[in-house]
Amino acid sequence: MTVAFDYTRSTGPVIGRFLTGLRDATIVGGRLSDGRVAVPPPEYDPVGHQAVTEFVDLPDTGTVTSWTWVSEPVAGQPFDKPFAYALITVDGADTPWLHAVEVASPDDIETGMKVRAKWAEERTGSVTDLVFVPDSVGLDTPPPSGSGGSTSDEVGLIVTPVSLDYHYAASPEESSFFRGLAEGRILGQRCPTCRKVYVPPRGACPTDGVPTSEEVELSHVGTVTTFCIVNVPFLGQRIKPPYVSAYVLLDGADIALQHLILDIPAEEVRMGMRVKAVWKPRDEWGTTIENISHFAPTGEPDADFDSYKHHL
Amino acid sequence: MSKIPAAVIGIGQTHHRAKREDVSMAGLCREAMDRALEDAGLTLDEVDAIVIGKAPDLFEGVMMPELYLAEALGAAGKPLLRVHTAGSVGGSTAIVASSLVQAGVHQKVLTVAFEKQSESNAMWALSVPIPFVMPVHAGAGGYFAPHVRSYIRRANAPSHIGAIVAAKDRNNALKNPFAHLHNEGTTVESVLASQMLWDPIHYDETCPSSDGACAMVIAAEDIAKTYDAPAWIQGTAMRSEPTSAAERDQVNPQAGREAAAALWKATGITDPAREIDCAEIYVPFAWFEPMWLENLGFAAEGEGWKLTEAGETAIGGSLPVNMSGGVLSSNPIGASGMLRFAEAALQVRGRAGEHQVDGARRALGHAYGGGSQFFSMWVVGSEPPSN
Repeated sequence: MTVAFDYTRSTGPVIGRFLTGLRDATIVGGRLSDGRVAVPPPEYDPVGHQAVTEFVDLPDTGTVTSWTWVSEPVAGQPFDKPFAYALITVDGADTPWLHAVEVASPDDIETGMKVRAKWAEERTGSVTDLVFVPDSVGLDTPPPSGSGGSTSDEVGLIVTPVSLDYHYAASPEESSFFRGLAEGRILGQRCPTCRKVYVPPRGACPTDGVPTSEEVELSHVGTVTTFCIVNVPFLGQRIKPPYVSAYVLLDGADIALQHLILDIPAEEVRMGMRVKAVWKPRDEWGTTIENISHFAPTGEPDADFDSYKHHL
Repeated sequence: MSKIPAAVIGIGQTHHRAKREDVSMAGLCREAMDRALEDAGLTLDEVDAIVIGKAPDLFEGVMMPELYLAEALGAAGKPLLRVHTAGSVGGSTAIVASSLVQAGVHQKVLTVAFEKQSESNAMWALSVPIPFVMPVHAGAGGYFAPHVRSYIRRANAPSHIGAIVAAKDRNNALKNPFAHLHNEGTTVESVLASQMLWDPIHYDETCPSSDGACAMVIAAEDIAKTYDAPAWIQGTAMRSEPTSAAERDQVNPQAGREAAAALWKATGITDPAREIDCAEIYVPFAWFEPMWLENLGFAAEGEGWKLTEAGETAIGGSLPVNMSGGVLSSNPIGASGMLRFAEAALQVRGRAGEHQVDGARRALGHAYGGGSQFFSMWVVGSEPPSN
């Protein structure tokens, strides 16, 4: 599964000033209350806690104070070839800055080595607007000056994409549920202590803390206990609104499943309405709850409120 | 062993807005913190510990933001604790801070809670796919709307009760300069005429998405009693329950009922509707006012909406609720619970400005979070706790 979003980050005045400097090919430090110059500038003074407001333009050269070798770069790192991450104290600054140094092998970098910035031609106001190279390396382009972007506005908002890929490991109880769905069956399990039937089954009954165990095959028919009509569209939505999101209490279960109600106008859906599972064509089935396309009215009379009110 | 009495001696909050693009997360927190410290006449160096809270990290996409925030918050060299209990976190953060004082661990604790919702999209963050669930979920509104429908059915409530709450809270917000929404002219009719978002919830019955922060300084008795009008913490309670369990009561959750019972017991309150002068209750969707009035024991089950309908929860009624405009008018999620706690404290200090309830001596602050899964609440008063 993938969870991803492009976050919009407000920089505030200090980080904004620093990033504006990078866009303009200048390293900006902040002067602290004890006289030291820090790169990057902290938003608040570490001693006096007041906002940092005095900035210092620094040269784009510095000294490696420590380093480590990245032999197998991963996505999102500054290079797609091996490189060094180093703590670099920029000339005129008193605190080290973690950045990348472009060298061919670990033999080409050492603590105390002088480095200089190699600026990107297209700069956006980002820490990736530069990398460092050994000072002995001749740059084939002259150091840029002035704004690298089309605007001289301060950088105040940056976009930081975040993406996480992960594998979901189903518990043994959930696995039985998913495997059942792949066969067109809805499988619950009964808690050995409270005897309630859970669907999906649980690794731990919320009341008793023990795994549900005894398998119970459930009816494909149930009762809508309650529902809402979703009219609001939003980013990442999988079903086009308006749609009815309902709690369906399958006959034989003690907890309702959330699912979609179709084949009836949304405004006619009722609490207590009897519904049945409508399955997708068999060749579209996987080990997923989405094998059930939706629930549709059975046409039976509505269930009495008293028969399901303790499930609300 | 009895607790050391503790009180709120400083309160600060930001001006809550849809987008506070002028400040970073650290800047947002410091705005509230610096106001709370100024109110208490203290500097950051004078507080012993910092307790921070915010809602899920997915809202800003910074995992464990307390790590990067530590220095900006002045926490270097001090204990820094981060609390997380979803939407109730602002309340539980304040309770953790007060516990550190009541237990005698620290004398002066600064607590802060924030959310910068404009950095992402809470609807998205609350609707990420879950493998074994049909993707019908649609943010917090989609989660709570079916339970609101259940309440309406169980209580046989008239359909305009939510609109009464929304109109009241939006008009209260006009008296609160910090509130995000200042919607002039909101009426029951205008709320009912707004778009139906998650039927049965109208657009105007939902909370906004806000950037904001709230902070408080909580101090031990010896320090607090040197202050003019501290808000004494008379009792606190927290309870949790599973989000989904067979036959779980989603309308009147057990954890909320039990937390309230524990709170009334701790404060010696036997008739909360009479003994509490006003309440700041976490109401992100308007119908939760009558639901929580029942859950908290201010009204019998099925009777909460009658207090709302009779105007008893308006300023001037027998139990004013959400005088500040509430979550319906400002919702920086992580801070929303602390704002309830802080607004209750402002009331008993007599410092709530235009939304002050005359003579408020005992007030409730309340928060809930998750799928009505976490509850936190406190009672603050103008007098020290008697027990």
